[in-house]
Amino acid sequence: MAMSKVKKPVKPAASQRTWAIGFIIAAVVMWTFYTFIMFRLPYQVQTIFQNWLPPTKLNEAMVWVICALGLNIVVGYAGLLDLGFVAFWAIGGYSAGWFMSAFFRQVNWHVFSTVEPTLPGIHISFWGVIFIGGLICAFFGIVIGAPTLRLKSDYLALVTLGFGEIIPQVFTNGENIAGFNMSNGTKGISPVDNIGVPGRALGPFDFSWKFTIFALLTAMMVFISLRLRTGRLGRAWLAIREDELAASMMGVPLMRTKLAAYSVGAFTGGIGGVAFATHVNGVFADRFNFSISIILLAMVVLGGMGNVWGVMVGALVIAWVNSTGLQAMGDLVNTSLHTSINFPSYNFVLFGGVLIFMMLFKREGLIPESRLKAIMHEGDDASANLEGHH
Amino acid sequence: MTSPLVAQNITVKFGGLTAVNDVSFDIPEGKIVSLIGPNGAGKTTFFNVLTGLYKPTSGTVHFGDRDITATPPHKIAQGGLARTFQNIRLFGLMTAEENVMVAMHSHLKSGILATVFGTPRQRREEKTAHEDAKELLDFVGLGKWSREYARNLSYGDQRRLEVARALALKPKVLLLDEPTAGMNPQESKTFIDFVYRVRDEKKVSILLIEHDMSVVMSVSERVTVLDQGEKIAEGTPAQIKSNQRVIEAYLGKAKGEKA
Ligand SMILES: Nc1ncnc2c1ncn2[C@@H]1O[C@H](COP(=O)(O)OP(=O)(O)OP(=O)(O)O)[C@@H](O)[C@H]1O
Ligand SMILES: [Mg+2]
Repeated sequence: MAMSKVKKPVKPAASQRTWAIGFIIAAVVMWTFYTFIMFRLPYQVQTIFQNWLPPTKLNEAMVWVICALGLNIVVGYAGLLDLGFVAFWAIGGYSAGWFMSAFFRQVNWHVFSTVEPTLPGIHISFWGVIFIGGLICAFFGIVIGAPTLRLKSDYLALVTLGFGEIIPQVFTNGENIAGFNMSNGTKGISPVDNIGVPGRALGPFDFSWKFTIFALLTAMMVFISLRLRTGRLGRAWLAIREDELAASMMGVPLMRTKLAAYSVGAFTGGIGGVAFATHVNGVFADRFNFSISIILLAMVVLGGMGNVWGVMVGALVIAWVNSTGLQAMGDLVNTSLHTSINFPSYNFVLFGGVLIFMMLFKREGLIPESRLKAIMHEGDDASANLEGHH
Repeated sequence: MTSPLVAQNITVKFGGLTAVNDVSFDIPEGKIVSLIGPNGAGKTTFFNVLTGLYKPTSGTVHFGDRDITATPPHKIAQGGLARTFQNIRLFGLMTAEENVMVAMHSHLKSGILATVFGTPRQRREEKTAHEDAKELLDFVGLGKWSREYARNLSYGDQRRLEVARALALKPKVLLLDEPTAGMNPQESKTFIDFVYRVRDEKKVSILLIEHDMSVVMSVSERVTVLDQGEKIAEGTPAQIKSNQRVIEAYLGKAKGEKA
């Protein structure tokens, strides 16, 4: 599909539709396969699929896509380098921990929840919590963004880096903040309520429903990203990415517009965080480390900054390599060559390499728009744009 | 005669260097006036003060009845002061149409939610904005390039696109910083006609920084000369041509400049 696009220019709207249809078909095929076909296959074939494309990892990959789309708004659209996106993932996760579990057992508060009404704690429906988590993240996005978005982009990168380190630390050590246990420290919060769907609560192994829900969330984030991109704000974001000074000279308020990008990105990260908590059925502080920020960045860069469908594919590929592919390929190599290399331990060499390679040689990403590709490789002045903008 | 833009006693210092020294200047309504001077005379710096990019070391700028000396650049732009750049500063990886629409930002109202949900009002607003952009691109002769990335346009077309983008702000005053730089004489000639059309059809006052004397002398109703940050002369093109100080300033400095 990508090949034919390179040859003849496609109208943007038409290519969007192609991608959207492609996404729906892929989702339906996956869903049908894992729901109806997989368990009928011979055991050996099932094992191959379990090793190379386990259904739970498929769901997890969609969480990565959601978060990568959020980061794409910040980095890809508005050109603001954020090295601490994990903070929003964490805050989203703890929103699920707070509002969808028995953690606050002193209260008993149920809102459209499908869990037992006698269960203590705050139990809000998943559909409410994704918004609450998103809003809390957006709030933190504004709090952290307001003072720092005035700074030059290098400083912003440093501040977000710090933010991404501090927030997980706060949760790790949040067992006793002036006598209040906000995070259960290293023990984390678990279990988190299952997602409620009409009539019942999903079990932790209910692949099909979760797949549908995560695919819907992903589709929603794609839709939001595309809608925003073509509107007034999206244009202002790209203008800031392209030339901040010129944008302000054209009447674009830099601070407000950047803050909008930052908070929408944070909101999306929050949704991803809530979804992830329901996926792993808990929140654990030690999971939220710097590597998540870097993997997300690699996803955005691999997919082509600002290119929504590209970022989605980039995120799926990297999420798969990270969770399954490296292990599976490593096992294959180890058994056939009789070696014992621990392939997954090299994942950061790989993602770091991807980041560097893409920034140096393929800044337009894996699946560039055709015109963009032509531009990026005309002459060598492409490298002049690498550093972003003064 | 009213002057929408008045700058009084503007001085700009960069450390020890005085780039603009006590310059007073106004742009009369509906006129085309020019600012000339040798390289490094302080013309662009003066522009940057008017548009709020630099705060002057001393002096004030009034736009209409507002003091805009300390107003942030985007507010000044929204108030109706638009500019182009000496070194073209388009949004390279956005289409020509999008470049123009960026400058409509402050005229449009839709927020995040309205855009995501595509409310009827938002759709109407976008439709009008697209039409306006189309019209502006046609006006500058770039209609057929509306879907092309700005980076891919020819040099002359990029200059035109900068003007179209500036006009999308619906400005009262338009500042053009060396718009004919890099154009051949033929292109410069067409550009002069274009500047007249802009003034008459878009009802803007125009301040032009220009090196090409044939352009300056034919298009301006008033010419102001800066030299080493100081205003050394002001008058009609004829007066300027015969002004001894101006001739000296240019003869003294002209190195490969068209004078
Ligand atoms: N941001 C700045 N920092 C320090 N010095 C500056 C700055 N901007 C301009 N200058 C200096 O101020 C003086 C005036 O520069 P300016 O760009 O205004 O000249 P100009 O008249 O536009 O020249 P040209 O015809 O070459 O465009 C120059 O000596 C320049 O080096
Ligand atoms: Mg200049």
